[in-house]
Amino acid sequence: MDDKLNDLAAHVTAATGDAVTASTVRLGELTLQTTAGKLLSLLTFLRDDPKCLFRQLVDICGADYPERAQRFDVVYHLLSHRLNQRVRVKVATDEDTPVPSAAPVHPAAPWFERETWDLYGIWFADHPDLRRILTDYGFEGHPLRKDFPLTGFVELRYDEKQKRVVYEPVKLTQEFRRFDFLSPWEGARYVLPGDEKATKT
Amino acid sequence: MSDVAIKNLTFNFGPQHPAAHGVLRLVVEMDGEVVERCDPHIGLLHRGTEKLIEYKTYLQAVPYFDRLDYVSPMCQEHAFALTVEKLLEIKVPERGQWIRVLFSEITRILNHLLNVTTFAMDVGALTPTLWGFEQRELLMEFYEGVSGSRMHAAYFRPGGVHQDLPAGMLDKMKAWCDQFPEFLVDLERLITEHRIFKQRTVDIGAVSAEDAIAWGFSGPMLRASNVAWDLRRAQPYDVYDKVDFEIPVGKTGDCFARYLVRMEEMTQSLRIMLQCIEALRKVSGPVRVDDRKIAPPRRGEMKTSMEALIHHFKLYTEGYKVPAGEAYAAVEAPKGEFGVYVVSDGTNKPYRCKIRAPGFPHLQALDMMSKGHMLADLSANIGSLDIVFGEVDR
Repeated sequence: MDDKLNDLAAHVTAATGDAVTASTVRLGELTLQTTAGKLLSLLTFLRDDPKCLFRQLVDICGADYPERAQRFDVVYHLLSHRLNQRVRVKVATDEDTPVPSAAPVHPAAPWFERETWDLYGIWFADHPDLRRILTDYGFEGHPLRKDFPLTGFVELRYDEKQKRVVYEPVKLTQEFRRFDFLSPWEGARYVLPGDEKATKT
Repeated sequence: MSDVAIKNLTFNFGPQHPAAHGVLRLVVEMDGEVVERCDPHIGLLHRGTEKLIEYKTYLQAVPYFDRLDYVSPMCQEHAFALTVEKLLEIKVPERGQWIRVLFSEITRILNHLLNVTTFAMDVGALTPTLWGFEQRELLMEFYEGVSGSRMHAAYFRPGGVHQDLPAGMLDKMKAWCDQFPEFLVDLERLITEHRIFKQRTVDIGAVSAEDAIAWGFSGPMLRASNVAWDLRRAQPYDVYDKVDFEIPVGKTGDCFARYLVRMEEMTQSLRIMLQCIEALRKVSGPVRVDDRKIAPPRRGEMKTSMEALIHHFKLYTEGYKVPAGEAYAAVEAPKGEFGVYVVSDGTNKPYRCKIRAPGFPHLQALDMMSKGHMLADLSANIGSLDIVFGEVDR
């Protein structure tokens, strides 16, 4: 299985020039790294080349790594029915740099891209209809970013006086508790109660 | 009465509509009775599952998968369990794998019973729903027998299944399997040759094989368009390579073909169930991995062994750590390819967990399928898509 994937990676890398910046095979899965500028040509090649035939776009999703300069990854999962293979394509980007929309190559792309825009705020250039899809009408922020709190910023309730649903800032009756049971001897990054005194002296 | 300006009418379908299968809001643009454009507005059931999972340990994340597509819970746990097992690089014992396949097929029958019968209801037939729900209740008793819960089972866990089958369950299942073919024949007699049902579904929402692949279709939707693709056969997981079954394929890609594919899949699932029951009578052994760093010890062991008690405590507080890396695993859920993409940073919680729901691209293609059809065909199309908003909105 891994040999086949290595062959495929070598084939794609050789045929597309500098479109593939890195390729890894791990756990029986092939990951190709590319750049936003070369993304569409790579996806088109993967779709049409007789040795690839990745005709189906299975999924597009984002991932957030705030410590990186280009904090977002856009991850494409492709499937070839003919050759019974899968490939993952990754593009790194940040808040301001748009990624070209895959809609001209795969008609299934728009909704997945709308979802990625909605949850991560990654902008897709030349998208036919880039609106929010999962969050509420008029929602602000991008909830799956790592700096977005789990509790959110607003809560809503039905207001009996105004006879409509109103938004209010979140009021927690008790402080949000994050249970982190990661062992403090094995890489937990929090300060145990009382430890802050030890560093002061 | 000359030169009357005719304007397209735009209106809302849903979010509270009996034929919308949950909370779907469709903004439909009509030209007379003909659908010009329909724009599904989803997200009314969005619960932020992916965000919540990032704050839970791997074990605590399992129950969220039941609540995605609440008509086929166990198949989704299966996808998550397979992904985590891939990252942990562990292999489930054989008996555990047979149990998983058995319950995956029970889940498929559960799902198709609901979809086929409510689809019939969407186009005007009430009786199949009432009949189908009786069989569903019987199947849910098996769910309850192994997990204590009729629907939200949390039974498939990374490393195997939670517990072995209770005594006598295989016999009860065998008895259920013996009476089910008769029910299927009855159901088919009610629907398949029914004149109204055929008028409402034949040649409605036909999708070609190329379109089905390009629009990201999977499962019965793809097979109805004459693409013989089934992950159970193409990329077998657990013991699917040891069971014998056939993959039904539709020729026309319309709503009727999708119905036929689902009906035949129930027969095939029944075949797999019978094979699993036979296998489980022979295969004995553990049902989850024998690794105390991943699977909790037996209750009896904890009464006497200090180490077992420590393992239990650590597993249910800290949980297990998953090596850093990323993995995607998919199962053939009743609705199509249900995939889970997990990025692990080496801690006890997933760094990112993306859920790929089959209904999401299906619903996206509703506009393409319904264009040029009558308004009444829209509800037939929605019924044949087999969408459940728990998984579309996540």
